[in-house]
Amino acid sequence: MSNRNVREEKPEAAESAAQAVDQMLDSRSVPSRSPWQIMLRKLRRNRVAMLGLYVLAGLYLAAIFAGFLAPYQYDNADHDAPFHPPMLTRLHVFDEQGNFHRPFVYGIKPEDLQLKTFSEDKTKSYPLRFFVRGDDYHILWLVHSDIHLFGVDAPGRIFLFGADKVGQDLCSRLLYGAQVSLSIGIVGIFISTLIGMLIGGIAGYFGGAVDFVLMRVVEVLLALPSLYFILIMRQTLGTAFSSTQVYLIMVLILAFIGWASEARVIRGMVLSIKEHEYIVAARALGYGNMRIIIRHILPNTLSFVIVTATLSVPFYILSEVALSFLGVGIQEPEASWGNMLRDANNVRFLTDFPWVLMPGFFILCAVMAWNFLGDGLRDAADPRTLN
Amino acid sequence: MKIFLLRRLLAAVPLLIVVTFLASAMLTLSPGSFLDEARMQPNISPEFIARMERVYHLNSNNIFERYWYWLWPALHGDLGNSYASQAPVSSLIGERVVNTLLLTGSALIFSWLLAIPFGVFAAVYRNRWADKLSGFISYFGLSIPSVFFSLLAILFAAKTGLFPVGGIHDQANWDDMNSGQRFADTLWHLVLPTVVLGTIGMAQYMRQMRSEMIETLSQDFIRTARAKGLSWRRVVFRHALGNAINPLVTLFGFSLATLLSGALLTEFVFAWPGLGTLIYDSLIKKDEPMVMAAVAMLTLMLVVGNLLADILLAIIDPRIRLE
Repeated sequence: MSNRNVREEKPEAAESAAQAVDQMLDSRSVPSRSPWQIMLRKLRRNRVAMLGLYVLAGLYLAAIFAGFLAPYQYDNADHDAPFHPPMLTRLHVFDEQGNFHRPFVYGIKPEDLQLKTFSEDKTKSYPLRFFVRGDDYHILWLVHSDIHLFGVDAPGRIFLFGADKVGQDLCSRLLYGAQVSLSIGIVGIFISTLIGMLIGGIAGYFGGAVDFVLMRVVEVLLALPSLYFILIMRQTLGTAFSSTQVYLIMVLILAFIGWASEARVIRGMVLSIKEHEYIVAARALGYGNMRIIIRHILPNTLSFVIVTATLSVPFYILSEVALSFLGVGIQEPEASWGNMLRDANNVRFLTDFPWVLMPGFFILCAVMAWNFLGDGLRDAADPRTLN
Repeated sequence: MKIFLLRRLLAAVPLLIVVTFLASAMLTLSPGSFLDEARMQPNISPEFIARMERVYHLNSNNIFERYWYWLWPALHGDLGNSYASQAPVSSLIGERVVNTLLLTGSALIFSWLLAIPFGVFAAVYRNRWADKLSGFISYFGLSIPSVFFSLLAILFAAKTGLFPVGGIHDQANWDDMNSGQRFADTLWHLVLPTVVLGTIGMAQYMRQMRSEMIETLSQDFIRTARAKGLSWRRVVFRHALGNAINPLVTLFGFSLATLLSGALLTEFVFAWPGLGTLIYDSLIKKDEPMVMAAVAMLTLMLVVGNLLADILLAIIDPRIRLE
């Protein structure tokens, strides 16, 4: 995770630095900026990083408002329409006679139940309606409602991205799955960063035997092939859990593995920070060790922590996907991007119903966006680059 | 050199002990055992179950005791019998280790063969389209979930029929093939898993190669070499590449764990009979001796891989002495 600290020398950086200093000397009118403001400014100028930021904002907003955006609840299945193809291409505006209508879909007529092929039942048409009433949902445990952004009237069904093997709407499950798959990255990184900062801080500050023991633990954790150990730990805890518990277990296991790389680098930074005069001053004032570590040392590592945390989020997202795909993560009927991909682990399903691969594209987008943002933040936090 | 090797191998012993102890403790603490399922089946006699309990000390829930009962015979070269198949673990695991080595080895070669030229070109043609393209490829390789990439590869194989959709060799005709055909068949099955695993690994190497190369090319000895009148190509490939490649070898040691983790998913999707699928299946069946042996082998592979990286670095870089 942390071995991607690509060093980039920028010859033009030195030049522009010199220019910047000249400008400052010429006109005193240039307002002074805090390091955080400089970082933010540099980030805003990085188009790729901002693209990542916007994509992430969109994905996370969609996950939060999944209940409203999704036409159905994640476990609302139409058992007569397993693997129904996507209806995106079957949204019509002209009827049989060529008359113009608002967008509508036809009813579903099963053709062959064995091969799971369907045709359109042209005798029934269901117009696409907005703000329709449907399944109950909650938004962030606060808002309770049954109004959905779009949908069709009752006997009709709309499968924008197709249906899965029991006839659940893929579009709805993608939105609900985003809640699990995307939030696990944020929650996991939050916990492991806290642990990593604390342990790294303690190891670096106290040194000696404490440092030695903690760093050996870190080395063992870094040497493990993480996925195998996550798998074994997951098996240790058994399978008799609700999906909320499984979620928490996964987050804790991932955080337990993930804090090590963070702790090692924080320790290195603390080793140099603790030699500064202001730490000596804090000690002379009689502050406690933990107060010095938490209030005076760790805040100075924050810009670095934010960068590595951003770059580590994909590890959590991909691990959740892997665990759920292997069948030891989030269980059906609950949706996660990983367990949705399980449908694709069957050559016939994969070739006949390729839309089951849809969650993969979303995972790719989310992870790529986090990487873009993380690289952008790293460049922005690097004082050697100026623009 | 000998002392270095000895010291490194000795340093690996605590790691092996910690890792196997952790695995053993977690398996002991996990609810249920292999016998729970066996008891359900009418065709398995109670005597057999009682014997299993006695031989493997399955009654004990003391993690230290259980670990000792695994460790002591293991130190004498006896890894126990698989619960599920009752065959000695050592006879089952060898082939799996070879298969995983085959897959990870070819994936490594694939990623190095692509990463070095791409990284060099990206550095030489910095900020031009070649750089941007390779930057995009590296983002793609870093971001694509190996599960998804494997599934895409299988979809490609199934739609075009150019490659097999999984497995390590053609089950139906394997017995009729001569050794040449068997070799070709295995290679043919190896292509897609290698591409998947190799592309994911390539991204890291390529980024590292690019940034090292950029740094090296900006140094004085490169300007000197150019000033002597050497051709640009000779400078890049003889003078700069040799200096820029060292950190890549170090990275190889670090990325082994990631590679083996990625191999688990690739093996799972491609039904590749390697260590990853073995651990997964044995975990599901709670076949403890099998899991323990596989975890020990995996850790051993990591340790040896890291050692190889160090030795390789010493061979490439004359400034490093192994003492």
